[in-house]
Amino acid sequence: MPSTTAGSIQRRLAFFLIASAMLLALILLLITRQFTGQIAEQSQDNILAASAISILESVTQRADEISVDIPYAALAMLGNVSDDRVFYQVLAGEEHLTGYPDLPDALSADDPAKRRYLTGEYQRETIRMVQLLRRMTIGGETIDVAVKVAQTRNAQQSRLSAITNRLLWPGIAMFVLALLLAAISARSTVQPLRALADSVADRGLDNLEPVRAPVPIEMAPLVNSLNSLISRLKINQHRSEDFIAEAAHRVRTPLATVRSQAEIALMRVERPENRQSLKEMIRAIDESSRAAGQLLDHAMVSFRSDQLTLTIINPAELVIDTVARFQPIADMKDIQLNTTTDGSCKINADSILVQSAVRNIVENAIKYTDREDVIDVSVSCCKSWVCIRVIDNGEGFPAESTSLTERFTRGSNAGHTVGSGLGLTIASEVIKVHSGRLDIASNPNGSGACVSLYFPAC
Amino acid sequence: MRFLLIEDNLQLASAVQERLRSSGHVVDHAATLQSAKAHTQSADYDLILLDIMLPDGDGRDFLNHHRASKQQTPVIVLTARSQVSDRVGVLDLGADDYLTKPFDFSELEARCRAVLRRHSGETSNAIHYGDISFDGLAGTLTVDDKTITLRNKELRLLEILISAPGQIFSKNKLIDRLFSYDEDVSTNAIEVYIGRLRKHLAGAQVQIITARGMGYKLDTEC
Repeated sequence: MPSTTAGSIQRRLAFFLIASAMLLALILLLITRQFTGQIAEQSQDNILAASAISILESVTQRADEISVDIPYAALAMLGNVSDDRVFYQVLAGEEHLTGYPDLPDALSADDPAKRRYLTGEYQRETIRMVQLLRRMTIGGETIDVAVKVAQTRNAQQSRLSAITNRLLWPGIAMFVLALLLAAISARSTVQPLRALADSVADRGLDNLEPVRAPVPIEMAPLVNSLNSLISRLKINQHRSEDFIAEAAHRVRTPLATVRSQAEIALMRVERPENRQSLKEMIRAIDESSRAAGQLLDHAMVSFRSDQLTLTIINPAELVIDTVARFQPIADMKDIQLNTTTDGSCKINADSILVQSAVRNIVENAIKYTDREDVIDVSVSCCKSWVCIRVIDNGEGFPAESTSLTERFTRGSNAGHTVGSGLGLTIASEVIKVHSGRLDIASNPNGSGACVSLYFPAC
Repeated sequence: MRFLLIEDNLQLASAVQERLRSSGHVVDHAATLQSAKAHTQSADYDLILLDIMLPDGDGRDFLNHHRASKQQTPVIVLTARSQVSDRVGVLDLGADDYLTKPFDFSELEARCRAVLRRHSGETSNAIHYGDISFDGLAGTLTVDDKTITLRNKELRLLEILISAPGQIFSKNKLIDRLFSYDEDVSTNAIEVYIGRLRKHLAGAQVQIITARGMGYKLDTEC
């Protein structure tokens, strides 16, 4: 049954799981980078500070002059770390003493702090800089001596990217693992749903038992409403079946009484005109009871056509069983019922419907065949078709035979024989729902009819 | 043969009884399952005719119980329910045949005969009269140690005549018994079968005698 679908729970679940794994991985990566960056910066800051302190300590006062003798170690300790470029500047108040005069300021004039770090741009490179301040008194004058030491961050950057790279592969591996886990968990979450769908789909159409298999707690409401739907369906179906059976019973019981009374009356009546009218009465009763039967049969065929109960059946057995039921009736007219069957083929069909079709065809054949005649019923197998054929020696079909499968249509030569005109209709409808073919022809070996029911073999 | 008819519709029951009795059978009637059980316990039946809807229960329960207690008596179900599934159901329960109401008495007799024949097996049910012997179930007639198989209509005609030798049966009565109402028959049709039976009886002392204007009877010559 085609039904509209809106997304897939499994896909949606997998998507969310993967997306959250991605997000978590990304966050973890950023935090790690940030953290390692901070640690690297701190260690650089410490070295820069140490370097600046040693420079500041080398600032001496000679007479009224301030002199700086940059100690080798002060810059060497920076050079040790890497081949990053190092910049410095020493200032006495506003006066540039030595180093790179245009290094940016980290401390403003009125900043109360004595030490500031700064990340900035210098000579088109990113630098990390520390600025230290020391207040000195020279000739009664207080002067702020500032030392700036800066270093490019190439080493730090490369170390950071190395760490990131080293983190990347395990990260990707973890991500792939998360992907797999997401797919598996999505599948296993959907599994009970799928199992439920399969178990509902696998059941036969007349299996209207509630679903009893244990299901996850989240699916309980779904299963409950499914079960309540099933039980309502069951009640409904029982109601229609009961109605059909009940209707038949209500119609037939009084008819049976009237008929038996008429027959008993007939046994006692001798006057021809009375006998004639009693016979007419019995005929009329037979007609209405047969019509009722076929109408109900027809209703049953329509009812079942909507919900076929297909099973693999052996048409030979079905035909033999069905024909055997007619033997006593055929005997009454001394009609010989020949059955030849090939039991090698099987059909996938609703056996009750096929029985109805065969029954109606055989019943017709017996009705329209003369006393002491022959009816041949055969089951034969072709490659892809199974043919059930009933050949009689009755009056055969009139020219307009194609319309005979229409409801309440009877052959123009049906004459006095009791019939409702539904027999062939029932057979043709049964054939239709089984994608078969119904052939109506004249008996190839003489007078009479030849009805063939073709079913696809399996 | 002894039949038990379990049927709550009294009018139908008495009509069936009358018909079967006229064929020479003994028919007991039970209108409820309870009385049916009492009957089956006190007598042996050759055949049970069972209605499905009874005032004190479902005929299928009776059938079930009957089969479960290993009773061999064949059962024909009479039902007003005609659905194939109902029919299949009663056959699965162990019924030997079913008949949908309203039914033709001839068909009832035909089905009874078929079921009885299946159950009789090899046992002979031959009736001896004069120098002929007739087995209604097997459908055979033996004259001068020569056994022939009769056609259905012939054997039923002989069955009726032999059930009351010497009694005159009118043409009408014979037609009613021999033909279903479905068939168009003239009163002359009976003469065809009388003619055939006479041919079969050629050489025997037992003959079919025409009572002019009244009917036929079976009688021994002299």
